[in-house]
Amino acid sequence: MTTVVDAPTTTARVPRTGLVNGPFLAIELRRLLRNRRTVIFTLIMPPAFFLIFGTADMYTTQSVGNANVTAFIMVSMALYGAMLATTSGGASVSVERSQGWTRQLRLTPLRPATYVLTKVAVAMVMGLAAVVVVAAVGLVSGASGDTWALAGSLALAWVGSVVFAAFGLFMGYLLPAENVMQILGPVLALLAFAGGLFVPLGDGLFADIAKVVPTYGLAEIVRAPLTGEAPSIWAVVNVVGWATVFVGGAAWRFRRDTARV
Amino acid sequence: MTFTDTFPLPAEAGTGPLAIHLRGLHKSFGAVRAVDGIDLAVAPGEVVAFLGPNGAGKTTTIDMLLGLAQPDAGSVSVLGLDPSRAIAEGRVSAVMQSGGLLKDLTVGETVELTASFFRSARSATEVLTRAGIADIADRKVGKCSGGQQQRLRFALALLPDPDVIVLDEPTTGMDVEGRRDFWTALRADAARGRTILFATHYLEEADAYADRIVLVSRGRVVADGSAAQVKNLASGRVVTATLPDLTAEQDAALRAIPGVQSVEQRRDRVLVHTSDSDGVARHLLTATAASDLEITARGLEDAFLALTTSGSPA
Repeated sequence: MTTVVDAPTTTARVPRTGLVNGPFLAIELRRLLRNRRTVIFTLIMPPAFFLIFGTADMYTTQSVGNANVTAFIMVSMALYGAMLATTSGGASVSVERSQGWTRQLRLTPLRPATYVLTKVAVAMVMGLAAVVVVAAVGLVSGASGDTWALAGSLALAWVGSVVFAAFGLFMGYLLPAENVMQILGPVLALLAFAGGLFVPLGDGLFADIAKVVPTYGLAEIVRAPLTGEAPSIWAVVNVVGWATVFVGGAAWRFRRDTARV
Repeated sequence: MTFTDTFPLPAEAGTGPLAIHLRGLHKSFGAVRAVDGIDLAVAPGEVVAFLGPNGAGKTTTIDMLLGLAQPDAGSVSVLGLDPSRAIAEGRVSAVMQSGGLLKDLTVGETVELTASFFRSARSATEVLTRAGIADIADRKVGKCSGGQQQRLRFALALLPDPDVIVLDEPTTGMDVEGRRDFWTALRADAARGRTILFATHYLEEADAYADRIVLVSRGRVVADGSAAQVKNLASGRVVTATLPDLTAEQDAALRAIPGVQSVEQRRDRVLVHTSDSDGVARHLLTATAASDLEITARGLEDAFLALTTSGSPA
């Protein structure tokens, strides 16, 4: 004989414990694609810049080491696109806070960490799309070089852009504005200029200032496979330093946001 | 006239934890005492209106009840649990006053997304139907009316099939029809035995939809009882009569009559504010020399205001 005992209803309703939530990720990706402005800024602008700046005839013949100048500019624009994508992905927490969505989420069992990880994951997917689009346009428009060097640089551009996902989160939690990307868009363009993504830095004062700009270190590391030169210690210090600032800042604001007051 | 704690609590029979139990709750923002010592015990299955004017401390109390804010002093338990635990287990859910929805999602997507946060949730179709918005599942949240958005929040609150639902001014900004539809949906749900606590500043809403009304003013509970009891408090009458030279004894005797809120002398007339006009009239006509007696009803809203704006109830 067996006795059937009804399980108490409370045990069936323990909170989700996993950090990854599939449906959440899927809906977030769908939202991203619906946002026309994000799509234009991250998927159309960087390849357009590449076509304007990088496809002059002499660039296709000039070499930077393991690839031509066109490939060098392609990788710079891929990094710029990935930066834009991950920053806006991270910064989307700002809009969701102002709409009260994050407060609403606190009335569900969703863990705040899952929310942030999902935001970063979606930002990285968008970053990957930005890199792929620039690479596709680049490779049919004269970018050439050692396959592994190109693949390595593009992969680094994508992976490195995670630093800017943290930047976006930090700013998203810090800035109250609903249109936070209207501030961050120009800021990113400025950082891209100052870090040498759009034009070469040359030597002198400007190049010295560039060394402390958040894009500088990442740009140098991303280009290393193309140039064949190991990145300088400055570049590594720059990336690690800014990553620490952005991740720390995002974590600080995130904890403040979820703290019970 | 305050009759806190007179409402019978079924849970006192010892049938498990109270649905909501607030003890000595205090919360200040700077020098403002938003919640100034609230005690409240809600038994499972009760439908309670948390009634008070704007700024009475209703939302602050609800925030503490849901674990969104931490009390300065006092304790909160929901179904015998810490609020955050009760939320994590899906045993309490809430419908907030405004916000909390993503405008770019559709109604259906919002429900499916929220459902994914719970390990076990009712189906999207079921909660949309019960909230009366199954027909607009494909509509963008940003294109929904205030009433539709509020019913969406209600649908979300139904997802975990909670034992307790808390609603903070759920019908603010709705038109008459939206309000009626919302309450119809809520009332149908309450019939299933769920505990419901809703904040409102509409006396009629509290009267029509709650079994019990907890009247709050300036962060305190000023009255707590059945809808009829509280309505009676708020719908007091004024008895006036000609009675020159009101003596101190007469004044004291009038004040001693149950239901009397205040006694005033204006020239040769005496004015008695009371919730039991019959008792006062009987006393004046039989025990004093009063003549020309008049009884006038106090407007519901006037009385409600008088009750919730006086510093300490008489």
